[in-house]
Amino acid sequence: MMTGLRILLGAAILGGLGAAAPFTPLWLISLVTLAMSTGLVVCGLIILWRGGLVPFGQALFFATGAYTVALSGRWFGVTDAFLLIALAVIMAALVAFVVGFLLAQYREIFFAMLSLALSMILYGVLVKSETLGSTDGVNVAQASFFGMKPRGPGYTFALFWLALGMVFLAWVGVSAYLGSIAGQLAGAIRDNEIRVEYLGISVTRLVHLKLTISAALAGAGGALAALSISHVDPQMAYWTTSGGFVFVTILAGAASVPAAFLGALLFEIVRTIAVALLPGGWQLILGSVLLLTILFVPEGLGSLMIRKRATISEKGAA
Amino acid sequence: MSALLSVKGLEKTFGQVVAARDINVDVPQGQTVGIIGANGAGKTTFVNMITGHLTPSGGTIQFEGRDITGLPSRKIMRLGIARSFQVAQVFPTFSVFENLCAATAIARSGSSVVGAALSRFVSAETSADAETALDQFRMGQFRDALASTLPQGVRKLLDIAMATAGNPRVLLLDEPTSGISLEEKFGLMDVIMGALKARGTTILFVEHDMEIVQRFADRVLAFYDGTVIADGAPAEALGDERVREFITGTLIRSKDGKLAASRASHA
Ligand SMILES: Nc1ncnc2c1ncn2[C@@H]1O[C@H](COP(=O)(O)OP(=O)(O)O)[C@@H](O)[C@H]1O
Ligand SMILES: [Mg+2]
Repeated sequence: MMTGLRILLGAAILGGLGAAAPFTPLWLISLVTLAMSTGLVVCGLIILWRGGLVPFGQALFFATGAYTVALSGRWFGVTDAFLLIALAVIMAALVAFVVGFLLAQYREIFFAMLSLALSMILYGVLVKSETLGSTDGVNVAQASFFGMKPRGPGYTFALFWLALGMVFLAWVGVSAYLGSIAGQLAGAIRDNEIRVEYLGISVTRLVHLKLTISAALAGAGGALAALSISHVDPQMAYWTTSGGFVFVTILAGAASVPAAFLGALLFEIVRTIAVALLPGGWQLILGSVLLLTILFVPEGLGSLMIRKRATISEKGAA
Repeated sequence: MSALLSVKGLEKTFGQVVAARDINVDVPQGQTVGIIGANGAGKTTFVNMITGHLTPSGGTIQFEGRDITGLPSRKIMRLGIARSFQVAQVFPTFSVFENLCAATAIARSGSSVVGAALSRFVSAETSADAETALDQFRMGQFRDALASTLPQGVRKLLDIAMATAGNPRVLLLDEPTSGISLEEKFGLMDVIMGALKARGTTILFVEHDMEIVQRFADRVLAFYDGTVIADGAPAEALGDERVREFITGTLIRSKDGKLAASRASHA
């Protein structure tokens, strides 16, 4: 659990970033906002990862969130950013709750591939369906914030501040979850399912819960991405998008929640630089970064940030 | 019927193999039952059926007058029947204390997944429970050791301590002393029984060592080929001719007609 001090510190850092926005180039603000959307998804992946589960299809929930934003605007005229994000989170969690009855039965490679399969079904539906925008996707109208409609740079700032707020909530919420019984049992599930069952709690339901929470976060990330890019398309459900999330999770490691956002930021920066340097072969650079991470920092960047394996009693005493 | 646990006509077949046939046992509250039998006699199968790990092919199991036949293990556990395993089941990457916290935390969260997401893993209560268990099972010196590094005996103790976290009314121990050296066995059983007797737990334990059975059991169930061939007070059951022939291997008459008392083979 987090102390009040840590929460204050986190709020101060995020507040400082927010205050710096007007003095920062717009392209950088957009890049960070997009990175935060990836970071939200990765926060959710950390929850699954700790339980030994790696979904290759998390883009299913990311795209669900993004399309919920686009279609709520287009079909129902919803423009309030907070409402749009809430709807996206609910939809993504709902989809996860439904597919979870199937997915939560599986582990390891089967879990990974089944999750991939489900995301590819959504991709196929999005591509084939004219009402859902087909391959062109759907434009996202500019959102309002409690009735205010900032335009131009003001809109970019507003989205950035929104992103910082979401990061704060996700950080506090996910940290609390990771300190809960269900969160701490992740390692136990990975290590010994039989023992968990015989302590009287259902492993399947625990996995189901983890999946639903991770999907809510992916939905939030998708919503933020949709607002920030002002467009959604089927690519958001494609397996390369899911692969990117897993990439960042490896980069960040599962040790710390802030690392998810730093990892996502690093990923965006490396990708931007790589595309600029090697337009046709940026994957080469990204691949090399991943290789180096796995070779030299197998537990991710987060493991560099925190002390190795603080015992739970110490964590609990905090 | 005053039995706490009541088993009637229990059967289990695995294809051609009959692992349990027509088992009938009533266990009253507070009894300590020793289960004996050669390897493959069906002892683990019996434990597995009572704890919901295996669904019986026939027969019924009642606990506190309620039919629990075929319920999932998690539900049976919640009703108050816990178990340990022949191969100790602990969380290898957790310390002993963390293992106990996991067990006490789940017990305290009421075993609901949502409850588990909303309560803290280490709270004043879970730590206090875990410390009590450490003390009762005499594992204080291993408190912060990783479970994967524990000596076999301590790992078994930890497994049992975790099983008792929810204060079960019935505890089934599958070979609690297997893999433990002869000198340590009695000490281990003393710790286990000491911790459990204080709570009035009804115990069924599978054991190969007849001296241990005689010392700790109030009653002996002898398994042979999937069925119970003797059931009674230890002296009576262990003296049974078929038990001596098939299980304890002591049916070797010496010249003066007396039975040679020898330690049971571990087959
Ligand atoms: N899952 C299973 N599948 C097939 N046969 C089994 C299974 N479990 C146990 N058996 C068989 O049932 C019989 C009883 O086994 P078990 O209950 O493990 O004996 P014990 O614990 O007394 O050594 C043995 O013949 C064993 O091979
Ligand atoms: Mg056995």
